[in-house]
Amino acid sequence: MSRITLDGIAHAYRGTAGKQDDYALKPLHHVWEQGMAYALLGPSGCGKTTLLNIISGLVTPSEGRLLFDEKDVTRLPTEKRNIAQVFQFPVIYDTMTVAENLAFPLKNRGLPRAQIEARVKEIAGILDLTPDLNRRARGLTADAKQKISLGRGLVRADVSAVLFDEPLTVIDPGLKWELRSKLKAVHRALDMLMIYVTHDQVEALTFADRVVVMKDGSVLQVGTPLDLFERPEHTFVGYFIGSPGMNLLPATITGNRARVGTLEIQLDGTYPNFIDRTAQLGIRPDHAILAAPGQGLPVQVQRVDDLGRVRLARVMLGNHPMVATVPQDMSVPVGAAGVLFEPGRLHVYIDERRVEGAAA
Amino acid sequence: MNDKPVNNRAWFFVLPVLIIVLFSALLPLMTVVNYSVQDTIGQNSFFWNGAAWFRELLDPTTDLGDRFAGALQRNLVFSFIILIIEVPLGIAISLCMPRSGWKVGPTLVIMALPLLIPWNVVGTIWQIFGRIDIGLLGYFINSLGIDYNYTGDAASAWFTVVAMDVWHWTSLVALLCFAGLKAIPDAYYQAARIDGASRLSVFRNIELPKLRRVLVIAILLRFMDSFMIYTEPFVVTGGGPGNSTTFISVDLVKIALGEFDLGRAAALSLVYNIIILAVCWLFFTVTTHLDQREGRPS
Repeated sequence: MSRITLDGIAHAYRGTAGKQDDYALKPLHHVWEQGMAYALLGPSGCGKTTLLNIISGLVTPSEGRLLFDEKDVTRLPTEKRNIAQVFQFPVIYDTMTVAENLAFPLKNRGLPRAQIEARVKEIAGILDLTPDLNRRARGLTADAKQKISLGRGLVRADVSAVLFDEPLTVIDPGLKWELRSKLKAVHRALDMLMIYVTHDQVEALTFADRVVVMKDGSVLQVGTPLDLFERPEHTFVGYFIGSPGMNLLPATITGNRARVGTLEIQLDGTYPNFIDRTAQLGIRPDHAILAAPGQGLPVQVQRVDDLGRVRLARVMLGNHPMVATVPQDMSVPVGAAGVLFEPGRLHVYIDERRVEGAAA
Repeated sequence: MNDKPVNNRAWFFVLPVLIIVLFSALLPLMTVVNYSVQDTIGQNSFFWNGAAWFRELLDPTTDLGDRFAGALQRNLVFSFIILIIEVPLGIAISLCMPRSGWKVGPTLVIMALPLLIPWNVVGTIWQIFGRIDIGLLGYFINSLGIDYNYTGDAASAWFTVVAMDVWHWTSLVALLCFAGLKAIPDAYYQAARIDGASRLSVFRNIELPKLRRVLVIAILLRFMDSFMIYTEPFVVTGGGPGNSTTFISVDLVKIALGEFDLGRAAALSLVYNIIILAVCWLFFTVTTHLDQREGRPS
């Protein structure tokens, strides 16, 4: 098994597909590569779980084809696909011991006993479940139960992919970090395709090689955590990734100049005319540096938040609020100041999508 | 520290309840206790009889003791049979009931219908249904060549009474189980599919364990109700033929109202009551104890 291909997959839970609003998941093409860890990131209700359930076969898509390598599995039932899935809330089999819980997926597939035992031991070791192996699962804490669920997802050696649907929601914050690093270690050790659904950007950015950002049933951007940070392809990505999110300033663009209110800003490239379309300038707070009055663009400082590692200034650029970084050596400024944009960090968004300028 | 204000006038708020309970439960019960330790020679003159009625009741060599032992045995056998039939059947039906869509409403209404019919009407329905001359069931069974007659044959009478109870009360078990099944989150079924579990395995490892609490309630209710059964067998068979379907309650009414033997009837009532209380207490204690031994409830 090397990859999973979504070929125009779309899903509508009710109504006739075709009406845009009825889609929980809009038509989507994507290839999931073997050995990669993906994170599906987006706000609640954006179609992440639907997409996951389509891959595992719990939901049959209304349109499109799903391919495992070259094999069409769109209509294949879940148990015939080699997919493991871990759910948001712990699912354990009450009447079984922890060991029996972990062995359950293997036993159902008729593996030899010795192989099952070895595999259960290995997974229990990774997840620190070894001391509990012979205990009844129903008496354990939510943390431990979710570890069992994770274990059942990881226990099968032959799976094409392991899907995680916000698996750490019920876990204590401290343990969360630990489990996430464990998952990452497992991923490196077993070289399997993992898809991890979350609405927590930190979780997504620390876990995944590739992050898939979704909103309202469509994929906005697929990229490495660095891509998402440095070149958000969509204003939503800029706003959703990073804390605080990207500054977005409404602007009018002519050639290589942008006008925000009464201020003119020099751009790196030249842009064609966008008539009747919304243009926005995007700059991350990390790349907008506060400076002495007279330098860069004039701003009014409203408030400075000291976050310990960094100080952020809430400023007004003309009539538009934005956030800028206060340099280490600068005393806390009040009133008029300037703001400098790091070169190459200013992005132009037309109708919310990033547009690359032609070289000047 | 207890710093709640003490005000004895608060007793007035409790008083109405105390008075109602006094008249509705305590006084009637104490009257029965009073009768159970006295004998009468009529004309409303009673005299102390000690525990004699109880001794007679619990001694199978006496006439009363013999009647009681027989009826108790029949009661226990009856409860056992209907539990053995109704619980598995109820679970099976609940598994077949639709859990979503427009079919849910009509199914629930149909399932609830037998529960809404008054006891003596159920008795009358089956009394006619089982008759060999005009009853559909009786006529049909006889036309198959099986000798069925609930007024003359004990086996036929038992069959009728058991069938009637199953018809009347299986719905209750099924509806309780249905509610229990509905409460199982979808994720459990999805996880089972991911894990490649068979249908049987899903039932054994997910549905049955999750139904445990509901089943405890269902068994308790059905045991109590069947142990106290009176109206239906009274209407259908009147306790006969002979005394083959005479349950404790049927006999109790005979002794108390037919023979007007207040002392014996009172003693029988109290013992009957204590048996039910004891069984319920035992059942409840054992099941809650099991829960605690297995750790915190999930």
